[in-house]
Amino acid sequence: MAASCVSCCAALSCRLFLGGRVNLARRQVLWKAAAAELQTVFGSQILRLRHTTVVTTKKNVASLRCETYTVDFIKKQIEEFNLGKRHLANMMGEDPETFTQEDIDRAIAYLFPSGLFEKRARPIMKHPEQIFPKQKATQWGEDGRPFHFLFYTGKQSYYSLMHDAYGKLLNLEKHKNELQAKGLFSEEAKTKDLIGSRWLIKEELEEMLVEKLSDQDYAQFIRLLERLLTLQCGAAEKEFLQSFRRSVTIQSKKQLIEPVQYDEQGMAFSTSEGKRKSAKAEAVVYEHGSGRIKVNGIDYLLYFPVTQDREQLMFPFHFLDRLGKHDVTCTVSGGGRSAQAGAIRLAMARALCSFVTEEEVEWMRQAGLLTVDPRIRERKKPGQEGARRKFTWKKR
Amino acid sequence: MLKGMRRLISKVHKLDPGHVLHMGTQAPQSLAAHLDSQVSGQSPRAISRTSENDPAKHEEQHEGQHYSLPLQDMKTIFPHGLPPRFVMQMKTFNEACLMVRKPALELLHHLKNTNFDHPAVRYVLYGEKGTGKTLSLCHIIHFCAKQDWLILHIPDGHLWVKNCQDLLQSTYNKQRFDQPLEASVWLKNFKTANERFLSQIKIQEKYVWNKRESVEKGSLLGEVVEQGITRVRNATDAVGIVLKELKRQSSLGIFRLLVAVDGVNALWGRTTLKREDKSPIAPEELALIYNLRKMVKNDWHGGAIVLTLSQTGSLFKPRRACLPQELLGKEGFDALDPFIPILVSNYNPKEFESCIQYYLENSWLQHEKAHTEEGKKELLFLSNANPGQLERLCAYL
Repeated sequence: MAASCVSCCAALSCRLFLGGRVNLARRQVLWKAAAAELQTVFGSQILRLRHTTVVTTKKNVASLRCETYTVDFIKKQIEEFNLGKRHLANMMGEDPETFTQEDIDRAIAYLFPSGLFEKRARPIMKHPEQIFPKQKATQWGEDGRPFHFLFYTGKQSYYSLMHDAYGKLLNLEKHKNELQAKGLFSEEAKTKDLIGSRWLIKEELEEMLVEKLSDQDYAQFIRLLERLLTLQCGAAEKEFLQSFRRSVTIQSKKQLIEPVQYDEQGMAFSTSEGKRKSAKAEAVVYEHGSGRIKVNGIDYLLYFPVTQDREQLMFPFHFLDRLGKHDVTCTVSGGGRSAQAGAIRLAMARALCSFVTEEEVEWMRQAGLLTVDPRIRERKKPGQEGARRKFTWKKR
Repeated sequence: MLKGMRRLISKVHKLDPGHVLHMGTQAPQSLAAHLDSQVSGQSPRAISRTSENDPAKHEEQHEGQHYSLPLQDMKTIFPHGLPPRFVMQMKTFNEACLMVRKPALELLHHLKNTNFDHPAVRYVLYGEKGTGKTLSLCHIIHFCAKQDWLILHIPDGHLWVKNCQDLLQSTYNKQRFDQPLEASVWLKNFKTANERFLSQIKIQEKYVWNKRESVEKGSLLGEVVEQGITRVRNATDAVGIVLKELKRQSSLGIFRLLVAVDGVNALWGRTTLKREDKSPIAPEELALIYNLRKMVKNDWHGGAIVLTLSQTGSLFKPRRACLPQELLGKEGFDALDPFIPILVSNYNPKEFESCIQYYLENSWLQHEKAHTEEGKKELLFLSNANPGQLERLCAYL
């Protein structure tokens, strides 16, 4: 397990506890008498740990202050998790070999049904890597000497990354100069690997390096990567760059357009729904009409005596310049007078999409006529009189 | 009259600059007729005004057009009874213009053909809120005033069944209640409206006010009215006497009587008035209402009864009630049955256009978009061609 760890974390050696330790342990000069035991490879891990737990020198106190999940602990958790996964699969009657994380989630939701509203408070069973936060191992040995040569910069992983990247850049430039000197240099076309992906954001980089960064650091790093991009890269460099790219999902901006229906007399109409707060409305817009609107069988002038509500109803038609051209029949329930007006407005706008060109649909979407208003009544909090209002403050 | 003509001529000039007018040679009336026919033939846009200011001559061709009433007449014919917003508009524009509309035309047609030997016919104007029932009633009253009828106009029946500060036990009948304030106010207005009749009509019975005062048979009606105005305690009884006498004498044919009541559903609804022991009072226990109900019954002839329903001031009726059955209740409907119902609806497109033109001519709409077609469409949508709503909307523009 130690060997595999070393191989996969060549560049970022500090993540896993064992890799760095075993490497440096072999390189270091053994200072204490007990170091003779370290020659034995197997059990070296356990002995190593025993040393750190027993020997509490001043230099090691700092690392013991913050809560560390020791390697053993994490390993035990992973074993327990795997075992538990198999048990769970057995319980549910599924095949333990092909039991995925989604199956686990479903099984847990079934076995421990929870009525809690906060999803993060419900019972979960995930791999310990996702539960326990990643921590940095102790960066120095028992003699107090740090393992990494850039430890005293403060952000050793960041600076080592920058150092590696710059090294690669220099190599590429040297290679390019050699080629140019030989005359074998040729301009290659830009690769299309970068379309549909973005550089990773600062939070993602921090998570990757397990270190806090500043905005300037992040900007500097991105600039360096961009500079690398401009040069021709080999396969290894391309892989290096790709590890810092994340894909961007393109949001489809297609509106769902209702089909136009035809009723018995051959009149074209279109139906759709809308809602706002707790009001739900369904509108039937006829293509040819004279601008009459009936709400729950009542004329809209009588149903909405307030001008503001009628202005809301007017908005979709006025926007598309079709004020007297459509007849509307709608039903609405729930909410208050303003919410009902908003719900009918949304329903009418959606129904109008079927009679209107795509460009105008896009204009409506940009005007906000086709988006559901997400505002909901804010919850009252304890200790306050309302959602925001606090109790009267008395000085004494 | 001439000033109005000149204004109309100058407006026509603006409309048709190329049209040659012979100004000096012709007489004014024929000129007006000439202009009317010429301009209505030539410009496709509906003209919002007509020069025909006599309601008797209003025909279908004038439908949708405004005619102006002289302000002096307004003070005499309408001391009370105009809607308050209309009064404000009158003050702002410095003129009173009513639109000629179909319900009013229908009613005028009926009134012109009434047979005064038959019992008085009842006409009920009903419709949604803000459609123009009260103003149609005012149109009819103007017509009748011009025709020299005696006008008995109760501006709002609801005023008599709510918010009365002092209720007195009636001296005439112990079970009923008097409303001195309302009665005296109404008598004052009645006097202003019908001055000349008060000195002609003579009462035919002796009425005793109290131990010292009485009215002899054969004295003028004006005296009764004076007594009611000066002695507020007897005002309600004075009103009762006036109503009884007028009813009796209109059948004789000396004069024609028009009974115009706005908000007649108040007579048969509920009141918000309470006795001292907090028990509610029914409408018939109010003397004014009791006498008015007798007036509205069609057991007399020699005139007409025009009534308007109104939900706006009504008590304990739902907002959307506008039909006679709903607003009058069973009792009221049976009491008024048979009657001729006349529906007053929202503006049709021609009337709407005419109204907008009228506002534009008076420079009431200052918004740039008010002239354009889109602006008019917006106003049409927002008000749904309801006259009241349109008026309220335009107040902001």
